[in-house]
Amino acid sequence: MAEIKSFTMNFGPQHPSAHGVLRLILELEGEVIVRADPHIGLLHRGTEKLAESKPYNQSIGYMDRLDYVSMMSNEHAYVLAIEKSLGIEIPERAKYIRVMFDEITRILNHLLWLGAHALDIGAMSVFLYAFREREDLMDCYEAVSGTRMHATYYRPGGVAKDLPLHMPKYEESKWKSKKEVTKLNESREGTLLDFIEDFTNRFPNCVDEYESLLTDNRIWKQRTVDIGIVTKERAFQLGFTGPMLRGSGVAWDLRKKQPYEVYKEIDFDIPIGTNGDCYDRYLVRMEEMRQSNKIIKQCIKWLNNNSGEVISNNNKITPPSRDEVKEDMESLIYHFKLFTEGYCIPEGEVYCAVEHPKGEFGVTLISDGSNKPYRLKMRAPGFPHLAALNEMVKGHMISDVVAIIGTQDIVFGEIDR
Amino acid sequence: MNNKNTPNNNQLKTLFDKDFSKFCFSFEDKNTVVFEEENLIEVMTLFHENDLLQFEILIDIIAVDYSDFGISEWNAKNANNKGYSRGITKDSSGRYTYETSKKNHNQPKKRFAAIYNLLSVTSNFRLNVKFYCNEDDTPSLSSVTSIWSSADWYEREAYDLLGIVFTGHPDLRRLLTDYGFIGHPLRKDFPLIGNVEVNYDLDKERVVYQPVTIKPRVLIPKVIRGNDKEEGPSG
Repeated sequence: MAEIKSFTMNFGPQHPSAHGVLRLILELEGEVIVRADPHIGLLHRGTEKLAESKPYNQSIGYMDRLDYVSMMSNEHAYVLAIEKSLGIEIPERAKYIRVMFDEITRILNHLLWLGAHALDIGAMSVFLYAFREREDLMDCYEAVSGTRMHATYYRPGGVAKDLPLHMPKYEESKWKSKKEVTKLNESREGTLLDFIEDFTNRFPNCVDEYESLLTDNRIWKQRTVDIGIVTKERAFQLGFTGPMLRGSGVAWDLRKKQPYEVYKEIDFDIPIGTNGDCYDRYLVRMEEMRQSNKIIKQCIKWLNNNSGEVISNNNKITPPSRDEVKEDMESLIYHFKLFTEGYCIPEGEVYCAVEHPKGEFGVTLISDGSNKPYRLKMRAPGFPHLAALNEMVKGHMISDVVAIIGTQDIVFGEIDR
Repeated sequence: MNNKNTPNNNQLKTLFDKDFSKFCFSFEDKNTVVFEEENLIEVMTLFHENDLLQFEILIDIIAVDYSDFGISEWNAKNANNKGYSRGITKDSSGRYTYETSKKNHNQPKKRFAAIYNLLSVTSNFRLNVKFYCNEDDTPSLSSVTSIWSSADWYEREAYDLLGIVFTGHPDLRRLLTDYGFIGHPLRKDFPLIGNVEVNYDLDKERVVYQPVTIKPRVLIPKVIRGNDKEEGPSG
């Protein structure tokens, strides 16, 4: 028999299935992996250091750029930490808007994960299906914030603006005939809420579509069943949270266990897996999309029936309206102070976490009483997940590395910070 | 929707009185308890294997450099006639150049600390356990990788960004910064603009390092104002 020597292979940092800039040093014995050493930091921007040099509100935009496929969830943890340390309450309507957009974000994230994961292990079409629905949700982002991705929509004290009454519409062009445009604009005639409602009615069928492509697909199952098994005990040890932990059979979800905003009032279930392999985590995330859809529906119902403020009127934290600034001396001063100096947060430490699509996204805010964070530490859910890569791929074939990176839902914006 | 296992204050008190009475500790706030550096491994093992309150998950390790704590760049209490420049000329955190970095930071009692953010899934409870490093020049703590595997990368990150050495860590390398990086970026005496920048050298036909060519600047000075309600926003 021929002698097989172990050798070392470099994977990435520009490999398409490395989900960004992951560099892996793989030690192989034939095709079997002996050791995987992820080299990260190629996208390190020093967000934590930058945040230390800016007033609190100016760092909200950085949060979008952490996990750049679930933007608003990152902002959420950050503004929650600020609100907690200031001890301010936000209006009820803002809470519902936040919950609704958290769940829209979850669907956005899971759609990208699904498309990329399936593409990595050989199913091209799912990617195209998933991006079709993502487009609609990005339009929701655009309608409320003006940008499709980096929204900066959540603000300490609420959200930047109330939901718009009109949706942006497609226009006739060289590439789109009048007939096509009319069809595309059908669901955009009403308010944003009408548009989202229309989406939530369509979306369960879309998930069925994805599932019909994958769930019983023989190739899909061969690539995911029994790959990257993590037991419950190991999942705890490795610091897993979110779908990675739930895939291993632990019913842990911050939305249920440590509810924030209005999750207490909302009816939804937490799906959990049994084996802790890639297939279970796939099923968990698929069900999570259906549950998110359910949550969005409940939020729409509430938001349609209740109006009110969407941002606190404490002008030390939130800007006064444009009209007030022009009429009222005090408002002008508040406005000036807020945009030049910001606000000071009492000395102390707070930790706030949200159930981010990938797991627990936490923000530790240490303040020394000044207008800038003394230390801001983001707890990115992907960080411990990627740290566990070595353990998860050990003994698997080289092609399974791609499946495991896919199942971890890695995004480098949050890991490298 | 709190878990029925969540400990109440009395149970917590019993826990600390019973199991932790042999250690020296104090509560910094409701959720943060400070222990001595020497007892780190013992304390953390107890937190991990305790019957009443078992912390299965190490959520995060937050390393902090306290050398600039409570130092503002703008004296908000007394007005003077020096104008705006008093807020922007001083060398302070975020504005150090490489030359000014070492000499200017003040020395707190203990400069470095690490906060271990623990989560108990069964009891639905969080606790921050904090350790101050005794040494300021060569801060070090024992590694908890043997207790929680997830500590591996958190400790590497803390070592990389703040230079806290974790003794007993199996593979303490830099994690986030570049290969061959010098310095620890999250230390308060590390300039915000960094020390080096990279450039493509046409002659050498490769990327080279050179000293930074930009100047540090701060748009908004750091101000500390009490949360005194009497003090108006114009103060």
